[in-house]
Amino acid sequence: MKESTNVNIDPNAQEIPLLQVRDLQITFKTVNGEVNAVRGVSFDLYQGENLAIVGESGSGKSTTATAILDLLAENGRVSGGSALFNGKDLTKLSRKEMEHIRGREIGYVPQDPMSNLNPVWNVGFQVKETIEANTELRGKDAKARVIEVLKEAGLSDAGSRLRQYPNQFSGGMRQRVLIGIGMSARPKLLVADEPTSALDVTVQRRILDHLGTLTREHGTSVMFITHDLGLAAERAEKLVVMYKGQVVEYGDSKEILADPKHPYTKRLVAAAPSLASRRIQSAVESKATAGTVGDAVAVARDQAAVPTEAPLISVDNVTKIYDISQGGFKKTQFKAADNVSFKIAKGKTMAIVGESGSGKSTIAKLFLKLEDISSGTMTFDGRDVGSWPKRELLEFRRRVQPVFQDPYGTLDPMRSIGASIAEPLVTHGIGDTASNRKTVAELLEQVSLPASTANRYPNELSGGQRQRIAIARALALKPEVLVLDEAVSALDVLVQAQVLQLLADLQAELDLTYLFITHDLGVVRMVADDVTVMRQGRVVEAASTDEVFENPKEQYTIDLLEAIPGGKFEFGTSA
Amino acid sequence: MLWYIGRRLLQLIPVFFGATLLIYLMVFAMPGDPIAALFGDRQPSPEIIAQLRAQYNLDKPVIVQYLIWIGGLFRGDFGTTYSGQPVSAVMAQAFPITARLAVLALLFEGVAGIAIGLVAGLRKGKIFDNTALVVSLLLISVPTFVTGFVLQYLFGIKWGIISTTVSGAAPWGELIVPAIVLASVSFANILRLTRASVAENMGADFVRTATAKGLKRGRVIRVHILRNSLIPVVTYLGTDLGALMVGAIVTEGIFNIHGVGGTVYQAVIKGEGPTVVAFVAVMVIIFMLANLLVDLLYAVLDPRIRYAK
Amino acid sequence: MPSNRHIERYVAPIDETPVAGVDAVDTSQKASSVWGDAWKDMRKRWMTWVCFALIVLVLLAVAFPQLYTRTDPDYKSLMDSLEGPTEGHPLGFNKQGQDVFARLIWGARASVIVGLLATVLTSLIGGIVGAIAGYYGGWLDAVVSRIGDIFFAIPSVLGAIVVMTVLPFRNVFSIAITLAIFGWPQVARIMRGAVLTAKNADYVTASIALGVSRGKILLRHVIPNALAPVIVITTVSLGAYIVAEATLSFLGIGLGDSAISWGMDISAAQSTLRVKPELLLWPSAALAVTVLSFLLLGDVVRDALDPKARSRR
Repeated sequence: MKESTNVNIDPNAQEIPLLQVRDLQITFKTVNGEVNAVRGVSFDLYQGENLAIVGESGSGKSTTATAILDLLAENGRVSGGSALFNGKDLTKLSRKEMEHIRGREIGYVPQDPMSNLNPVWNVGFQVKETIEANTELRGKDAKARVIEVLKEAGLSDAGSRLRQYPNQFSGGMRQRVLIGIGMSARPKLLVADEPTSALDVTVQRRILDHLGTLTREHGTSVMFITHDLGLAAERAEKLVVMYKGQVVEYGDSKEILADPKHPYTKRLVAAAPSLASRRIQSAVESKATAGTVGDAVAVARDQAAVPTEAPLISVDNVTKIYDISQGGFKKTQFKAADNVSFKIAKGKTMAIVGESGSGKSTIAKLFLKLEDISSGTMTFDGRDVGSWPKRELLEFRRRVQPVFQDPYGTLDPMRSIGASIAEPLVTHGIGDTASNRKTVAELLEQVSLPASTANRYPNELSGGQRQRIAIARALALKPEVLVLDEAVSALDVLVQAQVLQLLADLQAELDLTYLFITHDLGVVRMVADDVTVMRQGRVVEAASTDEVFENPKEQYTIDLLEAIPGGKFEFGTSA
Repeated sequence: MLWYIGRRLLQLIPVFFGATLLIYLMVFAMPGDPIAALFGDRQPSPEIIAQLRAQYNLDKPVIVQYLIWIGGLFRGDFGTTYSGQPVSAVMAQAFPITARLAVLALLFEGVAGIAIGLVAGLRKGKIFDNTALVVSLLLISVPTFVTGFVLQYLFGIKWGIISTTVSGAAPWGELIVPAIVLASVSFANILRLTRASVAENMGADFVRTATAKGLKRGRVIRVHILRNSLIPVVTYLGTDLGALMVGAIVTEGIFNIHGVGGTVYQAVIKGEGPTVVAFVAVMVIIFMLANLLVDLLYAVLDPRIRYAK
Repeated sequence: MPSNRHIERYVAPIDETPVAGVDAVDTSQKASSVWGDAWKDMRKRWMTWVCFALIVLVLLAVAFPQLYTRTDPDYKSLMDSLEGPTEGHPLGFNKQGQDVFARLIWGARASVIVGLLATVLTSLIGGIVGAIAGYYGGWLDAVVSRIGDIFFAIPSVLGAIVVMTVLPFRNVFSIAITLAIFGWPQVARIMRGAVLTAKNADYVTASIALGVSRGKILLRHVIPNALAPVIVITTVSLGAYIVAEATLSFLGIGLGDSAISWGMDISAAQSTLRVKPELLLWPSAALAVTVLSFLLLGDVVRDALDPKARSRR
């Protein structure tokens, strides 16, 4: 890494970089000894420039950002290198000096809008204390500045909401407050750590646009920390790609995305879902055709557009109404799903796409018979799901299986992987202990995990592994339909691609039908045959995937597509 | 907020009747003669028994007895003590003394417990923290009456700094050592609670953000760490009042303080059942009201409670 | 302007940053369950072993006091009143001429049995009631929670003082039952909260979708996942109940006069505080050490069951 230090220095530059990070090393003390979380990170950031650090979880990207602000957790420390900011080495400043720089010269926008505002103070107070700490403004002037700052961040009704508490704001609104706080003292550098990853795409786009305008106006440099390659390419000129604590590639962002050089970057770029993605092909030869896989898919596409046989799943005018208590005895009704209809043919994937509150997960719950339909019908294999007889419920459960979003909640932490996968077998009275053990091993193999995983517990596995185990459990009963509710949303890009590939292989192999619930249009492009776009409980648009992506009819669909970060980029094209 | 207060008050009503009925039933609906039970082995004269039977309406059904009794409570008639004085009169005399003791004890446990807990939490794993932890564990595992005897022996007998008993008027000064005794266990609990809560909040995202905003460390500690750590401490104070009441019985007994606790102590020692029942009923009512106050304070401290539906 | 600036491209040497396989299972570590991990963590702390040793010593005194002393703790020889230590009587005699050491050993029984019994009763009642209320919800939860509120409104030792004052029969059972009557809502509240969290977990929804029956889900998934906080409160409250028994005995409304209890001995030592303060010291120390060992065990268990606390330590 010694040589790399020199490589990074820009010989053409006349000016001094605003932030010059050289060979930064960060160490954490853990029970198992010292862990080097960041090993030799170097980059330059000039005034007015935007830079993005991209990487998966555990790559050290957030750690690098927090080290620059001297906000590492107690067990972490900078063990080498430097971070020169305006000539001062941030890693060597005293606490007092650092307090002077934080907020005033380097602003910070944190990741999770839900936990980064103090729940016991009102929003106005939290912005005002920032302004009072970093400027000479006091009292009325400070308050006026609070309103100004929040308006700039996109809260148009800031004046009337100052006395409200964070829990009275939506996630997007809180994120705006945090951006307002970060920008309130007009810092020279803004560190934005996954500033929008918890938000819906359209909200994300509005907020990032706003942030872009704001920082351009004030000439602020932004350092984005993100897992999203598209976002990085769209919002930053410079890219740092990190992997396991090291920089694997650094340079012009569009250049890197178009022509990744390091094998890791290549993989990352190839796996990133975007509008330009293609449907994942199964490596398994489809039994149906002897021709090329591409032909088979093309044929399948045509069939999807014009379904010839009766659909396996048919949802007709389904409505779900919840009673919401309004405090006291008042109740209001909330239509989570409003007159929703769609059909899925056997062996096909239907994606339901929407933002939070669109009712997409409600549809999943209704179809899984976890909740009752208010009106309308859902049929499965020609039979009404709503009036499915109770004593035959087990049969329905065997044929329709779910996989949920949260890899950390989906497996019982107290039970071994083997016990979790065997639970459906035991519940349905299939096999004995010995045969179940064999089945579990086979299922694990099907999701590419070693058979010995059966003896392990969820806490020892990564998110992707847990999600694969959830799929194995869902497959145990040889179901016909999998309901995948945001099943890959919480996973890193590479792991996500791996799981999506697995799902495609299984579909080809077992002739599975997928109901794929997601917020991510890029993923839809990679897996779905047909798409239903939902908004506020209603179906906005429904068509084949190609149709929706190439020729969207509704404005909302167009907005969604445009909001995908880096949607217009062709990834890895010149490779 | 108004809605919240209203709801809490409404919830208090069934609890009030339920808890008083419970006490009443546990005393008067026991198998056997309740009057005999009230006095144990020191049976009073037949006249007193007859008078008590009339007073507690023991010839009527239990529920009617209870209603008459609770009606009396609402009129301020809490019954009479063994020696025939109205409980309310004894209460009026004893209450100010206990109130002084309680104020001192709460001050001590609140101020010292929170302050030491805060410092320990901020310096988790350091010498100060470890010492505070060990001392607090020792205090919790030693019952109040032992702490009372030990301090009485050390300060009163060995060093002669204080008199072993508190005089009838119970001035503030004489109540300091008893207040420390009374507060010792709660002090240790508050210390531990504050410490744990401070340590947790130090790792909270909003504290890191507050630091990133450029706030001085002192302000981050005061406004963000300490303020948020007070919430569980306040909740604890509610349940802790029950322990304090028992502690007051023991402490006032040991130091011979003529407060509410001391009166109950004497009654328990002498086996004067009616006095014990009447006073404990009053204490339970105070406990309920105090808990209501704590709940409201909790809502003031934590807006999430206020605005939750 | 940034656009004028040429950005030097950097690519890490490939042999220095080898790319690992995506998401391979780490087989270098041995498989371990949540309980296994907790135990592994506890095993490493010396505090665990100190607690265990002390608790075993106390439990031995409860079960086989003869192991420690052959002297009859009730035998009074007024000649020896307040005598110092002599051969065979390491701690001397109390005012009534009884052997202090023997009473110390035999006193463990009442304290620990009341503590254990009250803890088992509160955990059982509170655990079951809390689990059912939290899991089934609805009107059942509403009714059970309101009833719990009523009992919760009476501080448990205060309630016990009233009941024990009027109760004609005083033994370990009546004390333990009385303490449990007023103590169960605390456990019920904790259990209810833990069950509410567990029942909304995705693995429960997944089990419903697998067709597992409600009762089985409660037993197999919800209760095991809700147990940790109850176990912690159980170890801590064991200490609290031992203190409660001593307090009642101190007030003279604990066990009958013929019983041997640390609380009563502490109370009796009051009269000889001026002449022989060590009579107060011994039973107090025994009581404190017993309570302390359960408290510490509670701390250790809590740390072990809470991975967050573990990583912070």
